[in-house]
Amino acid sequence: MRKEFADQVSILGKYANNVFLTGDLGFMALEEVQEVYGDRFINCGISEQNMIGVSAGLAKSGFTVFVYSIAPFVYARPFEQIRNDIVFNDLPVCIVGNGGGYAYGYMGPTHHALEDCASMNALGLNVIVPAFDSDLSAIVCNITSPTYLRLGYETIPKNKNPPIYNSWRELESGKQGVVVALGPMAGLVWNAVLKIPPEIRPSIWAVCSFELNEVPDVFLKKVKNKKLYIFEEHVISGGLGMLISYVLSSKNVTVESITHKYAIGYPKYSFGSQKYHQKESGLDEKSILKTLLKNK
Amino acid sequence: MKHITKKFKDTLLKTKLRMVRMHYEAKAGHLGSNLSCIDILMILHHFQITENDYFVLSKGHSAGALYSTLWSLGSISDSILKSFSKDGTTLPGHPSGASIPGLLFSTGSLGHGPSLSSGLALSKKIKNESGYIYCLCSDGEMQEGSCWESIIFSVHNQLHNMVLLIDQNGLQGFGSTEEVVSYSDLSSRLKSFNTHVQTVNGHNLKEILLSLNNLRKDRLNIVVFNTVKGKFLHNEGKVESHYLPLTKNQYKFACSNINKNILE
Repeated sequence: MRKEFADQVSILGKYANNVFLTGDLGFMALEEVQEVYGDRFINCGISEQNMIGVSAGLAKSGFTVFVYSIAPFVYARPFEQIRNDIVFNDLPVCIVGNGGGYAYGYMGPTHHALEDCASMNALGLNVIVPAFDSDLSAIVCNITSPTYLRLGYETIPKNKNPPIYNSWRELESGKQGVVVALGPMAGLVWNAVLKIPPEIRPSIWAVCSFELNEVPDVFLKKVKNKKLYIFEEHVISGGLGMLISYVLSSKNVTVESITHKYAIGYPKYSFGSQKYHQKESGLDEKSILKTLLKNK
Repeated sequence: MKHITKKFKDTLLKTKLRMVRMHYEAKAGHLGSNLSCIDILMILHHFQITENDYFVLSKGHSAGALYSTLWSLGSISDSILKSFSKDGTTLPGHPSGASIPGLLFSTGSLGHGPSLSSGLALSKKIKNESGYIYCLCSDGEMQEGSCWESIIFSVHNQLHNMVLLIDQNGLQGFGSTEEVVSYSDLSSRLKSFNTHVQTVNGHNLKEILLSLNNLRKDRLNIVVFNTVKGKFLHNEGKVESHYLPLTKNQYKFACSNINKNILE
């Protein structure tokens, strides 16, 4: 997804009102961005607090600013700068966290980002978790307010084309139950669902936003009195599961059951790839399939 | 260079007295930190800042001094000033970037202003615009690592349109900077970053004005002002002036002392 992001943000570099900041990351990924942006590409060095403050100063002067780093370095380290400098001033800064969830696998827990969406959502940023590479084009050209963009790795089943980007979209319509997945997890869920016989497949929804008012009515109608499954590579607190539960409750939509699989937390003693940590949380393709077949 | 006139001195006296009254009536603290920088802010805003410049109050706890300075310029009315630290006010104890025209950011958590100023200065550089970014910090604030991140960044990116003003009153929340976390001598440490550092008396109007007219165009500019916290208060030069609101007698003493010293 990083490559597609770089391609799309490079297109915006033609316009003089866009600036790109990096916290000394992007080797073999952002070279084209650097070339296109010229003196509007600034490597701020390893100083994320300063980088966020600088982005606010630039945005206050009329620029739209992209701030890039590995996810935890760009949302957790400068948390207060994001709140005071960007959010309090409602500035058009897009904070780009590469490698959300367990994406940095072997690199260890300092490089994982499991509560990023909840914390940024709580601050009032527009949180966007693209599901597919092709989503990036619609997202990056539409930054008008504080935004957190979590990048991961896309999965697309063979011979399938995702529908065009929407913060909530149905990937497949099914007959038994509804599955909701956050961002790139949607592709894994899609793969798993395709292994289920068509007559008992659930519907699949890819969710890329944490905005309460973006939960579509058509989803609420579909899920009514059905089994609901939620998969997210994010901790339970403030995650998609809580958000959906709140919406269902506040709109008096009853469901038959909710099965929620989420990131169990930061590893302490045993480390591995993203797939390894997904499996521990029941979020790998096999575990997803097992969960979906369990209640059939 | 402009000259400091008697009219300005009269305005400064009125502004100091108005600021002290504002704090007294609001039963607000932080007066000590406001009195240490009011001379700097008044000279800066009355003599130096133009429409092409920006000011960032990084030491947000000196909001009262900034509000009073803006009052002296006619940018804030007396009725608004009366609402300071009261319910429904647009003038909280630390300034909001949204409520007062001309204030750019909400400050109060220390160590933010330098980076914000770096961004504003970088913007001017990219757009090839003239003007300076002035940012007022406290000396205790320099314990925040983000200040040094900004200095490294600003020197590297040749942000010579940025001026860091440091109110070195030598006192912070729970003691003197020397006792709490000493980094003396601050000026020499700042100079080691290849910046242009001037160290002047922050209560000498001529010295303040001269330092602001002595900025270099080939360096990040820093002016360290030696000041006295709570100047003219009964607890001048003491940590207590950072927190405690004035009683009636203390308020009368402060007014009398300010009047007396200005006349001298």
